[in-house]
Amino acid sequence: MSSDNAPFPHQHLLGIEGLNEFEIKQILDLADKYVEQNRRTNKKKDLLEGMTQINLFFENSTRTRMSFELAGKRLGADVINMSTSTSSIKKGETLIDTASTLNAMRPDLLVVRHDSSGAVKLLSRKVDCAVLNAGDGKHEHPTQALLDALTIRRRKGRLARLTVAICGDVTHSRVARSNIHLLNIMGARVRLIGPPTLIPTGAEKLGAEIYYNMEEGLKDCDIVMMLRLQTERMHGGYFPSVTEYFSLYGLDYDKLAVAKEDALIMHPGPMNRGVEIDAAVADDLTRSAIQEQVEMGVAVRMACLDLLTRTKRGVSN
Amino acid sequence: MTKYVLYKNARLLDPASGLDIKGELLTKNSKIDALGKKVDAPDDAEILDLKGKCLCPGLIDMRVFVGIPGADYKDTILNTGEAAAAGGVTTVCVQPNSNPIIDCFPNIEYLTSRAKNALVKFIPMPAVTKQLEGKEMTDIGLMSKAGYKTFTDCSATIENAALMSRIFKYASAFDAQIVQHLSEPSLSRNGCMNAGELATRLGLPGIPTAAETIVLERDIRLLRSTNCRYHASQITCADSIEVVKNAKELGLKITAGVAVPHLALNEYAIEDYRTFTKLSPPLRSEEDRLAVIDALRKGIIDVIVSGHDPEDPESKRVPFEHAEAGVIGLETLLNVSLEMYHNGSLDLLDILSKLTCNPARIMGLDSGVLKVGAPADLCIFDLNVPYRIDPEKMVSVTKNTCFDGRPVQGRVIKTVVGGVSVYEYAS
Repeated sequence: MSSDNAPFPHQHLLGIEGLNEFEIKQILDLADKYVEQNRRTNKKKDLLEGMTQINLFFENSTRTRMSFELAGKRLGADVINMSTSTSSIKKGETLIDTASTLNAMRPDLLVVRHDSSGAVKLLSRKVDCAVLNAGDGKHEHPTQALLDALTIRRRKGRLARLTVAICGDVTHSRVARSNIHLLNIMGARVRLIGPPTLIPTGAEKLGAEIYYNMEEGLKDCDIVMMLRLQTERMHGGYFPSVTEYFSLYGLDYDKLAVAKEDALIMHPGPMNRGVEIDAAVADDLTRSAIQEQVEMGVAVRMACLDLLTRTKRGVSN
Repeated sequence: MTKYVLYKNARLLDPASGLDIKGELLTKNSKIDALGKKVDAPDDAEILDLKGKCLCPGLIDMRVFVGIPGADYKDTILNTGEAAAAGGVTTVCVQPNSNPIIDCFPNIEYLTSRAKNALVKFIPMPAVTKQLEGKEMTDIGLMSKAGYKTFTDCSATIENAALMSRIFKYASAFDAQIVQHLSEPSLSRNGCMNAGELATRLGLPGIPTAAETIVLERDIRLLRSTNCRYHASQITCADSIEVVKNAKELGLKITAGVAVPHLALNEYAIEDYRTFTKLSPPLRSEEDRLAVIDALRKGIIDVIVSGHDPEDPESKRVPFEHAEAGVIGLETLLNVSLEMYHNGSLDLLDILSKLTCNPARIMGLDSGVLKVGAPADLCIFDLNVPYRIDPEKMVSVTKNTCFDGRPVQGRVIKTVVGGVSVYEYAS
């Protein structure tokens, strides 16, 4: 069965947990095709013509929201953005009321970001359309993990048996959680590197080796994934100072030297230069895949929008 | 006019005396008049044939909340009474965070007057500190002298060690007792579930068990220099059990309780962010749950409570982190506790002791026993009947139960308070 009409057995994309290897591969294979489409002058398809996609962002976002918007538009959907600053959320409307209201407008796709873990799942129970999680609290950010996987697979040819180090503020990171799940499903080896205060309790049980020393953790890694230090989610005292943090856990050429020679550097953005990553490393086009990740993001999201509307469009037979 | 009721063909269960026989019990007005294999009843006695069903003292629930802010206070009390009666509970100990907060004598009187028409007995548990703020102690002496000797800040932990120390010293002069909520605020403030792998997986901030044990250890250290009576409201983890055990061995006047959800569920009940399983303290790991049951068996934990806490739907239909903690529990206190009998964890009398005579002893009540002269507060139940818990069939106005759909065995058939039937199961 070609990936152009293969069915996708999920109504929503709420997280990586719950997907299997075949489904992830299906998304990545399709995304590969959209990468080609996006590199052409005419990037538009009419696959989702007549369908409505609402991007509902309860938390500020520029790049993810734009990426989803572009993905929807390139597939021909009508895309509407709604963010908390302009919506009735500010007037005290509950999440469930917002969901019911939007549902009554009969959208086909809802892309939701919320600052509370589980909020997107809660909302998905109250609507009839497909819901895509664009990040919920500290829980999951599935499309980020998928775009990371696509980036890695295109550079390294595979995901299985690669050693991937996820470094920094794991505790507050939904990106890290989605990546840990995805990389485990695809047979990669995951390491978490950070100060003990930023590695969540029980993280080793999620399928990762824990390192508190960056040099030890980076040794012989194929992929170095840096995380943004999310000070806005911290309630005091997780580390002494940015100076100390950068010195011990910031990625620079010295620390990178112990990783494999062709180790790929990734970051979900936005970056804090001089906090978790040295500016020169971030801008090193031979090592860094950070810009590529953004490009893959649009393609992966197009693949997800395509797959989640297949039943509705009647192509899944 | 004197009214006699004879309950015959009953399995009489009195945990205080260890009585477990097939027999009869006679009530005279509001008191128990006689009990035994066969009792002589006057000719005009009403005769009820229990057909082998169990008859035990009415349950005493040491942790019940009645106040839903904004709701009609009186109706709330009456409904709580109805829910209690349906659960076989004849005495509820009301937590002070109602509206108004029960932190002074006039508010005790306000509550008791409002509770006069309730189906079951309401015993106010006044606040330890004014407005539950943890800053100044309430009139502990005056309230104690008036007979209200058990104080609690219910869902707030008294954080200030110096104040706690003074409260223990002061309260001991009046034989008052302090019930502490065990949750060190700096460790639990931002948390909403048990810390560990599952919290990490769900991306929810965790509350470590240390938040509970630290408060317990501190309080016990302070208690050692006083003779104050102390009750650890809800024990949820193995570490705390060790601490309670040691304190009891030291001869301190300490008792401990546990809520039904912590006996029947572990953290995995949260599943996909089910807000009806959000509790304070939170549901813990399976190892901790088993340790708590073991502590009940060994008598380290004295009391089982429901922690009945009605929450309106709006405070639960929100993301998990923002949901209010608390579940209703009066109607699932006995049937879910009986699981421990059916699965062989505890003897029947042992379970009932944690629901009747033990809380009665701690609260200084004359009920909780089947004894001539004791109040005729009775719970009659079918030990074996199986069914699924259905929130829609519950009497409670709010349906925030964490046991929705759970299969249980055992059902309350009839509840008697002061010799008067206040509940009868209608099949």
